[in-house]
Amino acid sequence: MLRILNKIRRTGLITEDLPREPVLEQVGEQLRAGVARQFQGSLAIRQVDAGSCNACELEIHALNNGYYDIERYGVHFVASPRHADVLLVTGPVSVHMETALLRTYEATPAPKLVIAAGDCAACGGEFGCSYASRGAVSNVIPVDAVIPGCPPTPLALMQGILQALEQT
Amino acid sequence: MNHFDWLSELLARYQDEHILVRRGSATQLAPAHLLEIDPEDWGRAAQVAAGYACRWAGVWAEQRDEEFVITAAVVREGDHLLLRTQVPVSAPLLTSHTPYFPGADRMERHVQDMYGLVFSDHPDARRWSRHNRWAPDSYPLRKAFALDSMPLPAAPEQDYNFIQTQGAGAYEIPVGPVHAGIIEPGHFRFQAVGETVLNLEERLGYVHKGIEKIAEGRDAPGLARLAGRVSGDSTVHHAWAACMAMERAARIMVPPRALALRAVLAERERIANHLGDIGAICNDVAFAFMWQQFARLRELWLRDNAACCGHRLLMDCIVPGGVAHDPDAAQLSHLRAAIDPLRRELATLYPILDDHPSLEDRLATTGVLSAEQARRLGCLGYVGKASGLDYDLRRDHPYAPYDRLHVHSPTFTAGDVEARMQVRMQEILDSLELLVTLLDTLPDGPVSAPWQAPAAGGEGIGLVEGWRGEIISYVRFGADGRIARYFPRDPSWLNWPALELLIHGNIVPDFPVCNKSVNGSYSGHDL
Repeated sequence: MLRILNKIRRTGLITEDLPREPVLEQVGEQLRAGVARQFQGSLAIRQVDAGSCNACELEIHALNNGYYDIERYGVHFVASPRHADVLLVTGPVSVHMETALLRTYEATPAPKLVIAAGDCAACGGEFGCSYASRGAVSNVIPVDAVIPGCPPTPLALMQGILQALEQT
Repeated sequence: MNHFDWLSELLARYQDEHILVRRGSATQLAPAHLLEIDPEDWGRAAQVAAGYACRWAGVWAEQRDEEFVITAAVVREGDHLLLRTQVPVSAPLLTSHTPYFPGADRMERHVQDMYGLVFSDHPDARRWSRHNRWAPDSYPLRKAFALDSMPLPAAPEQDYNFIQTQGAGAYEIPVGPVHAGIIEPGHFRFQAVGETVLNLEERLGYVHKGIEKIAEGRDAPGLARLAGRVSGDSTVHHAWAACMAMERAARIMVPPRALALRAVLAERERIANHLGDIGAICNDVAFAFMWQQFARLRELWLRDNAACCGHRLLMDCIVPGGVAHDPDAAQLSHLRAAIDPLRRELATLYPILDDHPSLEDRLATTGVLSAEQARRLGCLGYVGKASGLDYDLRRDHPYAPYDRLHVHSPTFTAGDVEARMQVRMQEILDSLELLVTLLDTLPDGPVSAPWQAPAAGGEGIGLVEGWRGEIISYVRFGADGRIARYFPRDPSWLNWPALELLIHGNIVPDFPVCNKSVNGSYSGHDL
């Protein structure tokens, strides 16, 4: 236990603050304000991988590490679409995931936002449309905002979520 | 030790069994050895190989005019033997390898779904890659099947016959395809009594996006980009395997500096994923301290990737003929300087991982895969190494630049979640050691050779030890330097079935940590 406490003490706070990464902090503050204005300070996101290669998921995961710590801006990821304000969808929509995506969309209470994250979700990306892929998420469900990138960086994801709030 | 020392004995056994080898070639798909056999002997050839302690590593097919050409890989002592046969498209029938190698089960069903090639004595007639969205008699990888064929209307899949349990207190838990976390989709069907898992069945294929079909007709750089997205966490290793296959087909020599830089990228990818996995395993047993520590180290590692290699996950860094970017002296010294700080961090964290009582309570003896189970399935990477299987291509059949490096491959015998984490812990240290050598002895010179496509029919095989284990990529070129066939065999094909076995008798709440310890790729498997 002492070792753990010692490591915690020596690691200190790593969450990035104003002087070290001004862009992140600025985006974060705007995000916090947006979430406060439109969602009473708490934005619940349900992430849906509709066919991605898993790279987008890795970067979405990174939003929860100590550097980005997106929860401090009022954004958190939830396990059920019934708890979600936003669906964050990745991947070209594989034909095999189309039904599951539609049902997840239907299970999300209105009003809801859909954000298509990553090039594949935005426009089909490297996979496009085929017998196995429906391409962009907007070919299957209504999309409110897209976040380009292959995959989008954690900062780009935060900026994209912010933009989606500002658009609506 | 010479490669293929053992082959003459296998050939003698084939002769004893009257299995006729029509043609053999040590060069056509080098470093693998190719044997062409009759379709009637297909199953027995596997049976003899199984009796000769070979492991089974993959099967793929291809339509060439009115014939299906089927190739299967068996491996012994790190040497890959490719068995090949042909059957007419009009009579697509072959015997199965699954009775002798249970790991062949799903890949044969994949071939069956994609080509309509029937493995007559396969023990499981259910479809695998094909769900209910394309018609039963349409086969996507046949030449006559149009890439843009319209799928059948969207509907829930309800006619897949899962194994059922009956009896007092037995119940079923369906999970997925949309999971509760930020992870890839797939379906798990548990049969349980109380907390105890009686049986688990995986139903994968949800992220099948037609990679093999859309590869057809691409040029070499286009295939490298696609290969880098077979499984996003293995972008370096899949791109390397695909480029290696293309370069062998085209007889292109990659410059030494490019090969060393590829290994730098590959070891950095291995470390990044292992850091993430160790943290995630700890998170699945609610050890938040360790999750945050390893997430932090992974983030720092990815930022160095972005600063020195141009991409956080290293996508598109490997291109046909070499690497896309030659790091400058400052970037190289930055990469070199990042190694010792990570070692120091791990030196304070590993002792806690090693003997933290509540962690040991959850990880030790959880999700045990016996050595015999692992061997029968042909498990790869950390899953095999944790159960005593000592396979590592970087050491057993080294490809440049590993032929000049000393690769240490850690093995454990417990076969539990803890052992799978310990393999990762040791591999991080070993990869850091390799990075030191690679960066300290980086050759000068160009970082790519000009790409020149081979003539139609040129084929090659890529064999690399990915961070999940061995990757096999097959490439054949058609006319105009365009790809006629690409099949990447991700290690997940052979590790996913292990999860169904190792979960037996464990409690349902331990499933997430068992799953994370295996960490199969859905995308790499579903293609």
